[in-house]
Amino acid sequence: MATRIQVSGLDIHYDRFLAVQDVSMDIEPRQVTALIGPSGCGKSTLLRSLNRMHELVPGARVSGKVVLDGQDLYGPDVDPVRVRRHVGMVFQRPNPFPTMSVYDNVAAGLRLNHRRMPRSEMDGRVERSLRAANLWTEVRDRLHRPGSGLSGGQQQRLCIARAIAVEPDVLLMDEPCSALDPISTQAIEDLILDLKSSYTIVIVTHNMQQAQRVSDTTGFFNLRAAGEPGVLVEMADTTTLFTRPAKQATEDYVSGRFG
Amino acid sequence: MPITTEPTGRQRTPQRLGDRVFSGASTGAGVLILAVLAGVAAFLLVEAWPAVTAPAEDMPGGEGVALYVWPLLFGTLLSALLALAIAAPLSVAIALFITQYAHRRVATTLGYVIDLLAAVPSIIFGLWGVSQLAPLTVDPTGWLAENLGFIPLFAGPASSTGRTMLTVALVLAIMILPINTAVVREAFRQTPRLHEEASWALGATRSEMIRMSVLPFGRSAIIGGSMLGLGRALGETMAVAMVLSTSGGVTFNLISNGNPSTIAANIALQFPESTGIKVNALIASGLVLFAVTLAVNMTARAVINRRREFSGAN
Ligand SMILES: Nc1ncnc2c1ncn2[C@@H]1O[C@H](COP(=O)(O)OP(=O)(O)OP(=O)(O)O)[C@@H](O)[C@H]1O
Ligand SMILES: [Mg+2]
Repeated sequence: MATRIQVSGLDIHYDRFLAVQDVSMDIEPRQVTALIGPSGCGKSTLLRSLNRMHELVPGARVSGKVVLDGQDLYGPDVDPVRVRRHVGMVFQRPNPFPTMSVYDNVAAGLRLNHRRMPRSEMDGRVERSLRAANLWTEVRDRLHRPGSGLSGGQQQRLCIARAIAVEPDVLLMDEPCSALDPISTQAIEDLILDLKSSYTIVIVTHNMQQAQRVSDTTGFFNLRAAGEPGVLVEMADTTTLFTRPAKQATEDYVSGRFG
Repeated sequence: MPITTEPTGRQRTPQRLGDRVFSGASTGAGVLILAVLAGVAAFLLVEAWPAVTAPAEDMPGGEGVALYVWPLLFGTLLSALLALAIAAPLSVAIALFITQYAHRRVATTLGYVIDLLAAVPSIIFGLWGVSQLAPLTVDPTGWLAENLGFIPLFAGPASSTGRTMLTVALVLAIMILPINTAVVREAFRQTPRLHEEASWALGATRSEMIRMSVLPFGRSAIIGGSMLGLGRALGETMAVAMVLSTSGGVTFNLISNGNPSTIAANIALQFPESTGIKVNALIASGLVLFAVTLAVNMTARAVINRRREFSGAN
């Protein structure tokens, strides 16, 4: 299920503005890859180009290659909708569907993919996803209450359950803990470590301790200069990047001597 | 904190003159509106009362005020609800097209044209309805009467002038379309990106995204906008007065000449020739219309306001 992602020569535009330039990197399966870097350097933009969400912004476009399982996501006859069914995403702010119950939130993706799934199988998948998201015991008694009634941390785990219910190959997370308290953050981090055995996970984070706690590989992004596009400065296994970085800019950033 | 522990317990901010003038003026305006509304209600009640107490045979039709007003109320509700049934789905479709599908330039132009419709005086719609639309409906309604005549709505005999309940409903639908569309469009436009992206990220197509994120978010606006439109259709006078051929009775037959009139159109047509107790009867019907539109509008506002609480992910 988990899949390798090979990014090569990726340029990402918003209209005429080049936000990210010439990124090439390999993202390994069954690993957690963290993307770090200062605000505005294009981490979210890059992440959203991995499931073709980027192009939903009017005028936005991508050139270069993102190869998933041997297939270029930006190939001529690739349907972005199918891409997104294989590459799930969790956002910075928890975004359960407010009018849907906990159950329906988790089932939402399944209903898109398998219209005629029998009830019993659906129940099973929903329970499995909620268990995998470490949420089952907390919501088993209120599966049919609104998902927006949960706490922020629970909502975020609900969103993770919703994303993994469709059994994607890759899970993208854009600062999934930045709206959460330390306890909920801990819960999500534990969850990421659990999920790593079955998914390729890419996480954007501003929290360098978090990157060190959860990731195997870390990529450091930076603006080439103010007003210039963001670039991938360096990518290495997490311990190396944080203790013996190859580039001075990385060293400055991870040691807090940035700017 | 020192600020919140003032000995008086209640905070008083010093008032500036400008603030005081402004708040006085706006309070005054608010009170004035309420006073006018109360005055209108009182006028209607006082003037309608003689019609309620008068002997039944003094009423037009000779069967008392309730039986006088009932067909008119029926006509009012039928035409307005029918107009709504046409306009509501159309306005949702237009709002979806404008906010989700159309190219930005097309969307802006179309939005502008729809808003312009709201500025057309209703007498123009009336003129257009009776001279253009009505003749156009003659053939189709003839076909309906012949082929679908077993449905009570199309029982016929089809009008040869086209001045039917159906034509009125079509004209009214066009008239309420702008307000319906405006309310729904605004709601769709404000669908939080967060909710849209939740759908996209699951691999929804655009129509699935609309069903999962946009429509649930806009649902109360659709209801609220529809009721505002309904309120307008209930009170519409000139277009109905000009288009509808009336001869009384309560009927669901939409395509014949024998239609109940509506309260507003009936008042406009009868008032100049009425005297004495007949005027009171008209005012009694006006009171009923007043109550119905007030209730519809208040419900609409309540539904629209409730949307504020339903802000989604918090
Ligand atoms: N919708 C958009 N339209 C135009 N420009 C955008 C848009 N979103 C982002 N940008 C620009 O693209 C660049 C990269 O933004 P991005 O959000 O990817 O940065 P980021 O690294 O995720 O920052 P943060 O850490 O603050 O989330 C920035 O210069 C930003 O202004
Ligand atoms: Mg970001």
